[in-house]
Amino acid sequence: MLFWTIVKVGLKSLVANSLRSFLAMLGIIIGVAAVISMLALGAGAQKQVMERLTAMGTNLLVIRPGQSGFHGVMSGTQETLTVEDAQALLKEAPGIRRLAPAVGSIAQIKYMAQNTRARVTGTTATYLSIRDFQVEKGRVFSDSEVESMGRVAILGPVTVENLFGISDPLGETIKLNGINFTVIGVLKAKGDQGWFNPDDQVIVPYTTAMQQLFGLDHVAEIDVQVADEADVTALQAAITKVLRKRHRTQTGMPDDFNIRNQADMIETANQFTRTFTILLGGIASISLLVGGIGIMNIMLVTVTERTREIGIRKAIGAKERSILMQFLVEAVIISGLGGLIGVALGLAAAVAIKHFSDFNTVMEGSSILLALSFSAVVGIFFGWYPALRAARLDPVEALRYE
Amino acid sequence: MIIQAEALVKTYSVGGTTVRALDGVDLAVEEGEMLAIAGPSGSGKSTLMHILGCLDRPDGGTYVLAGDDISRVSKDRLAEIRNRRIGFVFQTFNLLPRMNALENVELPLLYAGLRHAKDRAAEALKRVGLEDRMHHAPNQLSGGQRQRVSIARALITNPAILLADEPTGNLDSRTGEEILVLFESLNAAGHTVIMVTHEPEIADRCRRQIHMRDGRVVEIRGAAGRG
Repeated sequence: MLFWTIVKVGLKSLVANSLRSFLAMLGIIIGVAAVISMLALGAGAQKQVMERLTAMGTNLLVIRPGQSGFHGVMSGTQETLTVEDAQALLKEAPGIRRLAPAVGSIAQIKYMAQNTRARVTGTTATYLSIRDFQVEKGRVFSDSEVESMGRVAILGPVTVENLFGISDPLGETIKLNGINFTVIGVLKAKGDQGWFNPDDQVIVPYTTAMQQLFGLDHVAEIDVQVADEADVTALQAAITKVLRKRHRTQTGMPDDFNIRNQADMIETANQFTRTFTILLGGIASISLLVGGIGIMNIMLVTVTERTREIGIRKAIGAKERSILMQFLVEAVIISGLGGLIGVALGLAAAVAIKHFSDFNTVMEGSSILLALSFSAVVGIFFGWYPALRAARLDPVEALRYE
Repeated sequence: MIIQAEALVKTYSVGGTTVRALDGVDLAVEEGEMLAIAGPSGSGKSTLMHILGCLDRPDGGTYVLAGDDISRVSKDRLAEIRNRRIGFVFQTFNLLPRMNALENVELPLLYAGLRHAKDRAAEALKRVGLEDRMHHAPNQLSGGQRQRVSIARALITNPAILLADEPTGNLDSRTGEEILVLFESLNAAGHTVIMVTHEPEIADRCRRQIHMRDGRVVEIRGAAGRG
């Protein structure tokens, strides 16, 4: 029998049981839509992270206390880096264009009756240019304000909105952990980075932050911008040498700090988003699998119900292969059609997610292809057993079936 | 001889005991014959029909149909033989409900691998007097008309034998008579007809009748040869 005839017969019998076919299809539709939208979400997260990492500034090295673990960094509670380390590096390690020490912690922020909690970063003006922050209104603090422990603050736009609403914050006095600061500038919005929103923070001189706000004598990180002509690897080695000497680290002992360059950070972020994507896709695939089991269930019912038809077809000369094909084609039509509808629905969901939430989604042709071929494979795999059962029916028994 | 069967044996085991549905049946049928296989239910006539119709294989004996020994052929080959050499007519018509008359009649040719078979199907329907019902679904047709469709389907591949299993069993007597007349005219036109029935008056319409009981042929009436 011609393939096209088999497809026509299959479509006809699916239409004859349209509700049942649709319900079987629904499992695949939901599965494929879930896979498509989750992969789009994963790809979107990846793209966003990459963009933000690039926006963080180029040629950036971040030195943090603590040893580097096997995936990124161990949380650095060790106190090994000091402001003097930073000053020494600037003098002794060649190839540094500029650097900025930084400390940070969450603090209570008050303006009149308004109250919020946000990250307070203590650093220098250089930090802002290294990290590619721009000031929208007002100004950044001067070196003398840093040296004299000035109580001046630059606010992120989200923090401004939380505290001031639409009124102008410049020149106003806010309280950080109960201490008065004057607002001298507002940052330009950078956008949420997922795990940390750089637009919701307060930047103050590190001297003020360390001694008046938090009572620290160590810094949390030193951000280094590599000079254009310098070799990043050589600079990392130079920094390591200077810091080991200053910290009197014995030969053979591990560093008590770690240096991460942007490639490392991109790699870590990639690993993270890849895991995220696989996790989402994996969960979504399970629903596709459940959809496949639904197809198998429906096809088994269909085969039982149509036992007599199978007997008739065999009596007039259908071979096992023809019967097998007929039922397999029906299963693949269900899964294939379900896959197509699922792709459409998944793409719509991805667009909707992008539109109505903060998550970014990126549609990739490869994930559509993957979901479609996966659904076809599901159809063949779960349709095979019912179709084989139909094909193997004994014609005499099948004709007798009521 | 179109059919040459010797010492056919078919056994079933039902609940641990073995039942000999066919217990050494010999049968020879000439081309162009009209033969009745008669007997009460449980006599083995249906089993014999299944074997003659290549739906089933005998456990013992030989069966030669139109020169081919088919006692030991593969399932695929059996399907091909059913398709080309045998035309079935069933008591309950056994038409496919979602197809119209024309599509039902065309189906054996599609399984034979033909591409455009609508013309031949229309011709076969014309032969059974249903040229104006070709696009009706089975449930839009009367019992007699449905049986005519199934006869047209049986005829379409120009088979060596027409096997009719109680073809009038689900019809009123007037319609049943029309169907019998149709079989007689097909036989007169040269088709070999084997009719399985438990009604003596229908068996009597055939020139030769074999009567079965307990898996054996107990009586042969009439003579072989063209009716």
